[in-house]
Amino acid sequence: MASIYAALDDVSLRFGERIVLENCSLDIVKDAITCIIGMSGAGKSTILRLLDGLIVPNSGHVYLNERDLCHTSERELNVLRRKVSLAFQFAAMLDSLTIGDNVALPLREHTDLHEPQIRKIAEDALESVGLQNVYHQLPNQLSGGMLKRAGFARAIVTRPELILYDEPTTGLDPIVSHLITNTIVDLRKKFGGTAIVISHDLHSIYRMADYVAMLFEGAIIAYGPVEEIRRSENPIVQQFLHGSEVGPIPL
Amino acid sequence: MNALERFGQSTIDFLEYAGGVTQLGIDAFRDIFRLRVRVAETISQSALLGVQSVSIVLLTSLFTGMVISLESAIQAVQFGVGNLVGGAVAYGAFRELGPMLAAVVVAGRVGSAIAAELGSMVVTEQIEALRSMGVSPANFLVVPRLLSLLIMMPLLTIFADVISISGGAWIANIYAHISYSSFITSMRQTVGFEDFAKGLLKAVVFGMIIALIGSYQGLGTRGGAAGVGRSTTSAVVIAIILIFIANFSLSYVLFGSR
Repeated sequence: MASIYAALDDVSLRFGERIVLENCSLDIVKDAITCIIGMSGAGKSTILRLLDGLIVPNSGHVYLNERDLCHTSERELNVLRRKVSLAFQFAAMLDSLTIGDNVALPLREHTDLHEPQIRKIAEDALESVGLQNVYHQLPNQLSGGMLKRAGFARAIVTRPELILYDEPTTGLDPIVSHLITNTIVDLRKKFGGTAIVISHDLHSIYRMADYVAMLFEGAIIAYGPVEEIRRSENPIVQQFLHGSEVGPIPL
Repeated sequence: MNALERFGQSTIDFLEYAGGVTQLGIDAFRDIFRLRVRVAETISQSALLGVQSVSIVLLTSLFTGMVISLESAIQAVQFGVGNLVGGAVAYGAFRELGPMLAAVVVAGRVGSAIAAELGSMVVTEQIEALRSMGVSPANFLVVPRLLSLLIMMPLLTIFADVISISGGAWIANIYAHISYSSFITSMRQTVGFEDFAKGLLKAVVFGMIIALIGSYQGLGTRGGAAGVGRSTTSAVVIAIILIFIANFSLSYVLFGSR
């Protein structure tokens, strides 16, 4: 039986009057890539933020490596976050720092490494996502695809146990999207660990996912290996996978 | 919502705001006292927030010192107390004019810049990225800005003091024919180092207000570009109001007995 690295247990979350998650449970298998699919605004990115301890649910529990994040102080969370990296949808690079300084930031903050070592590790991280000669460039000098890959470099630089990718291929052309998907697969092969990917890009999902979870109306309605989800008889899943306007999903 | 509910909600909002700013201040000062300070960033912020404010502080202080002297010097001479003008100008500059002018100018220029920068970082998820990396935004962003203003505000106030008194002396000499030596003698007889030092203490408090309000408004930004605009405006308005309240309170406490 596959071991579980992270989990949501009966989580409910509201933003004001709006219910985002309701009694939502999800297990994230260790050392696998789990893709979360669902309609825009369904709360997929919120799940990533819950798993990174950036949001606390109104009820339920969020577990990371058997540790309940809902009962963890901010100081302890900061220690736990060293094992988790979040690659943001738009990279969220600090625009006052160079790409190299952005990638090196987690190392400067959390390790006692000397500057030459930090620089070497940051350059290696950038190289592993196919970026060279960008160390001294500012974020606004890079294209969208390059920025996303720089964000990946920052995410892997501390060798985290869990990487959370928030819509890594959204808004990119098919070629760059393909490149990004390959990068995620390659990074996992190279460094191991667990990954959760939020995506609408079904081609990418079929290529990289070990498991797929579908979020609908605040809860996970389907979960399993990618082939099992593709064959699912759930009409909601089938409507989503086929992109059909006709079906139980309200438009 | 009836009047009582509105009053209750306003009270809750005010207490939440005051508590939030206080907590941010406690977090930032705790890091400063533990010497968890980013020196390079603090120097950079000092240049950005402080040095680049020098010219505007000098200009406003010069003309304010000149106008006070213009209004008072001729009348003072007519009443036969021209020898008191230097003291009056210096008295006002050290105790009120220098720190207040510098603070209001810096609140407008720097408070808005801090709120806008941090607000933009919020809407582009940079603050969330810092938190997700286990980096405290208070330590990474607020401490350098707070520390730089705690250092730069007294320096700007010294410039404001000197230039406003100089402008006052010049106008008193030109329009009321009060000699520079008479002006300086009057200053020496009227104000002491204590007045100067207490003015600088005010400047430190004003610097703290500008940095904390700007940072809190920026970090609390919601709602994209429009939210950044709202945060920026609020940062300036709230900081200036608090500066005036703090100025009265400090004057009462520091100079109340004289």
